[in-house]
Amino acid sequence: MISIFANPHRFMALSRWLAPACLVIGVVLIAWSVWQALWIVPQDDYQGGDIMRAMFIHVPSAWLAMGSYMGLALASFVWFIWRHELADMAAKSIAPIGAGYTAMCLATGAIWGKPTWGTWWLWDDARMMSVLLMFFLFLGYMALRAAMDTRQKAARAGAILAMVGAVNVPLIKFSVDIWASIHQGASVIRMDGPAMPAVYLTPLLIGALGHLIFFGALTMILMRAEVWQRRGDVIMARKLAGG
Amino acid sequence: MRSPSPIRAAFRQALAEAWAGGAGALLPIGFFAGAAMLVPFTVGSEANQLAAIGTGVLWVALALASLVSMERLFQADLEDGTLELWAQEDCPLFLIATAKILAHWTVSGLPLVLLTPLIGITLQVPADQLLPAMLAYGLGGLAFFFWGGVAGALAASVPRGGLLIALLALPLFVPTAIFGALAAEPGAAGPNILFLAASTLFALAVAPFAASAALRLAVD
Repeated sequence: MISIFANPHRFMALSRWLAPACLVIGVVLIAWSVWQALWIVPQDDYQGGDIMRAMFIHVPSAWLAMGSYMGLALASFVWFIWRHELADMAAKSIAPIGAGYTAMCLATGAIWGKPTWGTWWLWDDARMMSVLLMFFLFLGYMALRAAMDTRQKAARAGAILAMVGAVNVPLIKFSVDIWASIHQGASVIRMDGPAMPAVYLTPLLIGALGHLIFFGALTMILMRAEVWQRRGDVIMARKLAGG
Repeated sequence: MRSPSPIRAAFRQALAEAWAGGAGALLPIGFFAGAAMLVPFTVGSEANQLAAIGTGVLWVALALASLVSMERLFQADLEDGTLELWAQEDCPLFLIATAKILAHWTVSGLPLVLLTPLIGITLQVPADQLLPAMLAYGLGGLAFFFWGGVAGALAASVPRGGLLIALLALPLFVPTAIFGALAAEPGAAGPNILFLAASTLFALAVAPFAASAALRLAVD
């Protein structure tokens, strides 16, 4: 099934209209959720007043940060086993976007943490640590790819590193269970349904959906750029060979 | 006459290189002791303060010292063609990578672990805690060398890859460092040393295959 989408020509034809469409939809949804967050949603004094409005950026970027690392590992795995070039392009494109979402998650978390917990940063919180760890894994991934002298080597080395990093994810989950966390418990995905009033939940989920679509659009745009770059390299090589 | 098995050859080569001059095996020791020595100057020399952070300082010094020599671990073998010969052996490459990392640990990791009680005393670590902590350093150091070996194999073909190795390996060190620091704390060993041992075994199970995949890539 997946090999239907592994054809670069089909991908280029599809993403030609899908990428801009996703970009517009994503931006509109994010804008709506930010507008809701800043002007419509009532203040919640229990969560520190106005500062809880940071949640509408912080939580989606945390989800996207985790999701993008999963996507990176999955794309690397698919490339490593089946050698579909598009999977490698996807992995290469996801890395900088994922690093950006990870950085945004850390930054908004710090801004939210200062007034509510009284500190910008806490080392003994497992979730903060694992997001920071993921940020460094993204940086290492990009640095390793950049250091390799051929595209094929960059793809192979990157895939190995991404898969080694991904096997650490269960260990991170385990560490969350071991350490007493000062984060609040999960309040969206629970057995007895969301614990959050709909007035907060709806903008949050719409915003998260917007970020997801926006993420997909950015990935497709970077992948298209990569396809064009490779085509350009082929044309250059042909010109040089022809004299 | 049978030629020596590649695993034995890898061990013999690592041991010979360590004593072949250029102070190979002494450099990580010097780095380790020097890094630990800087701490009293920077955080203050009060005995209470040092006792509180002593075991943690040793973990940091051990992690950094195990990265120092990783750059040359596979790079020298790649440059002189040894790696290509290994890749053609009947013996699986992951076994050779394991042998290489273990030999490297014997000459430049084990001495650091044996040195920890001595440096621990100067950092005011309580005397009855030195030996249990040494066990933790031995387990954790082994995991550091295996993850570092993966990073070293990935960066083998990169000129001046030392800093890249540090960036790749340090996130992988984190679970070991967490469990290790918990296990080295006074009176907190118990389950933590088992978690540490588990994370080291995990490294032993995963790292050789990742390292050998990376070595194949360096040879091609």
